[in-house]
Amino acid sequence: MTTSLLTTDARTKKRNAAEKRFKAYGLGAICIAMVSLVFLLGSVLSSGLGAFQQTYIALDVQLPEARLDKSGTRDLEVMSKVTTIGYAPILRDALVAQVAALGLTTDLSDKDVGKMISKEAAATVRNRVLANPELVGTTVRFDLLASGRIDGYFKGRVTAESAALDQNTSPEALVLAQELKDAGVIETKFNWNFFVLPDASDQRPEAAGLGVAILGSLYMMAVVLCLALPIGVASSIYLEEFAPRNRWTDLIEVNISNLAAVPSIVFGILGLAIFINFMELNQSSPLVGGLVLTLMTLPTIIISTRAALKSVPPSIRDAALGVGASKMQSVFHHVLPLAAPGILTGTIIGLAQALGETAPLLLIGMVAFVREYPAAYTSESGLFGEAATALPVQVYNWTQRSDPAFFERAFAAVITLLVFLLIMNAVAIYLRRKFERRW
Amino acid sequence: MQSLTPLLLVITGLAVAGYFIAKSRAMKVAGGDIRTLVSLPRQHALNTVLSTSVPALAAILLISLYLRLTGGQGSWFFGFVVIGLAVTGFATSLIGIKQDRRARTLAERWILGLLIFASTIAIMTTVGIVFSMLFETYNFFGQYDWRNFFFSTTWSPNFRGNSDLGILPLLWGTLYISFIALAFAVPIGLFAAIYLSEYAGPRMRSVAKPAIEVLAGIPTIVYGLFALFIVGPALRDYFAEPMGLGQSASSVMTAGLVMGIMLIPFVSSLSDDIINAVPQSMRDGSLGLGATKSETIRQVVIPAALPGVIGAVLLAASRAIGETMIVVLGAGAAARLSLNPFEAMTTVTVKIVSQLTGDTDFASPETLVAFALGLTLFVITLGLNVFALFIVRRYREQYE
Repeated sequence: MTTSLLTTDARTKKRNAAEKRFKAYGLGAICIAMVSLVFLLGSVLSSGLGAFQQTYIALDVQLPEARLDKSGTRDLEVMSKVTTIGYAPILRDALVAQVAALGLTTDLSDKDVGKMISKEAAATVRNRVLANPELVGTTVRFDLLASGRIDGYFKGRVTAESAALDQNTSPEALVLAQELKDAGVIETKFNWNFFVLPDASDQRPEAAGLGVAILGSLYMMAVVLCLALPIGVASSIYLEEFAPRNRWTDLIEVNISNLAAVPSIVFGILGLAIFINFMELNQSSPLVGGLVLTLMTLPTIIISTRAALKSVPPSIRDAALGVGASKMQSVFHHVLPLAAPGILTGTIIGLAQALGETAPLLLIGMVAFVREYPAAYTSESGLFGEAATALPVQVYNWTQRSDPAFFERAFAAVITLLVFLLIMNAVAIYLRRKFERRW
Repeated sequence: MQSLTPLLLVITGLAVAGYFIAKSRAMKVAGGDIRTLVSLPRQHALNTVLSTSVPALAAILLISLYLRLTGGQGSWFFGFVVIGLAVTGFATSLIGIKQDRRARTLAERWILGLLIFASTIAIMTTVGIVFSMLFETYNFFGQYDWRNFFFSTTWSPNFRGNSDLGILPLLWGTLYISFIALAFAVPIGLFAAIYLSEYAGPRMRSVAKPAIEVLAGIPTIVYGLFALFIVGPALRDYFAEPMGLGQSASSVMTAGLVMGIMLIPFVSSLSDDIINAVPQSMRDGSLGLGATKSETIRQVVIPAALPGVIGAVLLAASRAIGETMIVVLGAGAAARLSLNPFEAMTTVTVKIVSQLTGDTDFASPETLVAFALGLTLFVITLGLNVFALFIVRRYREQYE
């Protein structure tokens, strides 16, 4: 049987079809990866952006002397005896008065109206009054946090149906909230407090913020930078420039590439056993967290520093040696400055990894509930010794709470974390582009 | 801790003073003409600073370690040793300043010592990991029979004692989740790498490659959150419940799929390197014989790259086995041996976290078991890594 070259036979058709199919598989794989990325980022953004807005109630609050300062002397010691429980009814009365003044009618009891205000609001007002006792006896305008349910209503998380099943709010309260919003008493604004306030207890998600977590992460990054960079650079210089090729240096090299692949949780066990149990450093302190993350980031920094040192051509070293520099001088005066951009890029990427790491921090006790801003140095607990949390651990903490308002905040914390990582990586890429040298 | 501060202050003070004294002494020895000196005054100064501080600091480190190990108290004697070392270094280096003294060589010897010390920290980390876990695992097996740990199929810790601490259900969960993750990530990662290195134009490459690598830069807690709130409920509502396979949002499938997404860039970038390392001449030969591009890839490139790809898959597997946050949030906490992928199961890493967080009592087997789990995990991942790196290295050498 003879066939023309111009007509494609069945076998060629089959082969061409197989070729097309194969190409489509490849394209499909890339599409799946891209879709996953878009879906991941999209769902994080859509679930978390809400927490950057927060609902506030603007109220004129009378601060009656009879209830807040019985002695009339503005003596702080006497005034601080009035707890937040004493302040809550004042705020409730102010809101009830406001509702009446606007001519709104509601079936809610005064107590239920009071529930629209966050439990945190009383503490806010109390702190303001104690900071400035002259406010007592006057009427002051406060922007008070609305309760988590009211806040959720304006973000679409709480509906009339869900409110009917909820002990903490009711459909009537939502109607009233809507009316107050129309009257301009309730408003939703950008939530700066989210980045400043510490974590809050289970009943007041509306007041929970990332302040302590950001501070803790910052301290840990400082520890990592101060330890991992010099140690990493020093060991890379030794391995790349000075080390003789022998069993010992081979062992170190194999060891470093293996350490880079050890599961991060193992570093947490190491931190627990060595830094906390053996060295008796403080649990949940940024110092221990920083040390653990330092050991984790070291391999990354060493690997990238060695690559940067390797890319400096030997002629630079030879030239320095030729004019009488010692080997050490040629490295520190010439090779190291030329390798600096590469080292810096690697360090920033290592820091970004450390910033997002969660598992080892869980084991060294950073899951604790911390309300106090940790100080960088105190005489009792030393440098970075006070309890703190970290950004990714805060995310984990919020997923373990029962109120769904915390889940929104967890996503918002993740967005914050991703923004930090984005900035760090952008800086690294910029540095690489700007200072990269081809020899 | 408090007693260290004055010691450090004294050492710093001596070192700073030594810097200036050495400098002026070197100038004096030179008689005002530094050309008569073999080493520059600042090299003499540097030598003094280093000989004052390095031995003293090393002594502090060793003494603290000794005191921790023996449980002893710091005493004046140790303080004297440290100060003595500092003063000796200070004095000998200052007295030794002469015209023909090679201070640069001496100072650099100290620096080299510091560099060597820094490079041993990586070794010390490994030693620390192994010893801390071995020590506590030994304690654990003193209280709990190792045969029950390795061969029992029930895991039910009970803080009043009488716990069943069998590792098998945890290992099963770990391997099942890793298997699903790899079954998702390996084909996708491999095909993506093949497409990017063999078919895609430079434009496509410049977009798709960084986009896939973004997936690698996302912290695992983000994937965990994604599994817990998005993927888990979706799988439950659209697959598990309609098919009658379970009502749990956290399941092997949830954790496996999300972990698979996390591993895509890992597999694809490693395979990309490996495929690019296959010499072009092999492709040209195959194409020249009339094979199509896909035939070349399937019958020439992939077989040539196979050892490297296997290495990459093993590295990805070790990643999957050691992954923590995704399984903590996505897989659940119930230890069971089941084949149903829509059921919640648990892994070794989840149990390490749950046994070591909260109130822990380092005398009870329920806490100590975490160290045995950690050691098992470490041994498995280390084995996989060493084997994979060995294969990858062998493979690279093949074409060099």
